[in-house]
Amino acid sequence: MKIIAVCGMGIGSSISLKMNAEKALEALGIKAEVQALDLRKAQNEGHSADIILTTDDLIPLLKGLPGKLVEITYVWDLSEIRQKLSSALGQ
Amino acid sequence: MFELLDAALGEGSILLNQEASSVAECFSLAGSALVASNRTTPEYTNQMIEVFNELGPYMVIAPNIALAHARPGVDVISTGLSLVTLSEPVEFGSKKFDPVKIVIGLAAVDHDAHIDLMAQLSEFFMNVTNVNFLLQANEVGKVRALFR
Repeated sequence: MKIIAVCGMGIGSSISLKMNAEKALEALGIKAEVQALDLRKAQNEGHSADIILTTDDLIPLLKGLPGKLVEITYVWDLSEIRQKLSSALGQ
Repeated sequence: MFELLDAALGEGSILLNQEASSVAECFSLAGSALVASNRTTPEYTNQMIEVFNELGPYMVIAPNIALAHARPGVDVISTGLSLVTLSEPVEFGSKKFDPVKIVIGLAAVDHDAHIDLMAQLSEFFMNVTNVNFLLQANEVGKVRALFR
């Protein structure tokens, strides 16, 4: 299982997304690698990701990737990420 | 308590109760505070504005809070933050989190050395009491005291 967390520059919201996704996965008891990426890298190298976590503005720019796109409204909100990751993983 | 935040905010990096009437002015303030505290060159400020023009208001990361930043690169001298509170809120065009009252400038030397700093940043700003205190604050010393 590979998850990528994407934001424009790869240093802001993607870092918070990655941290909270790791916490959420631990709580769900799921093993997965989470990588924070900037938009350009994600577009070029994100094809192997099973799940793509990002915010609403960037969703249209990542539609070309085969993985499941999961829109996160508030990247600092662990409960939102846990709930959306859990439903994306079919749990 | 928030020692990483305290350290990341160098001398001259906190500007309180500032006037700005546009997104570009907000970024200029956050950028000038990064320059003043020796984190970035002035060119980084231009890059932040370009990122906003290219990608839109996604940098409004939380209710009333924008995280202004550009890419790691030669214009980043060292990893750090700036903090600007606005006397009047500014519309950034964010459907979910406008208007912006606090602008945080972020400079990072690479993609992962500031992960612990981001954890403290989100913990601090998720707390409404801290945000309200900042919005009322007029003295940098009192803001510093909140981190210590």
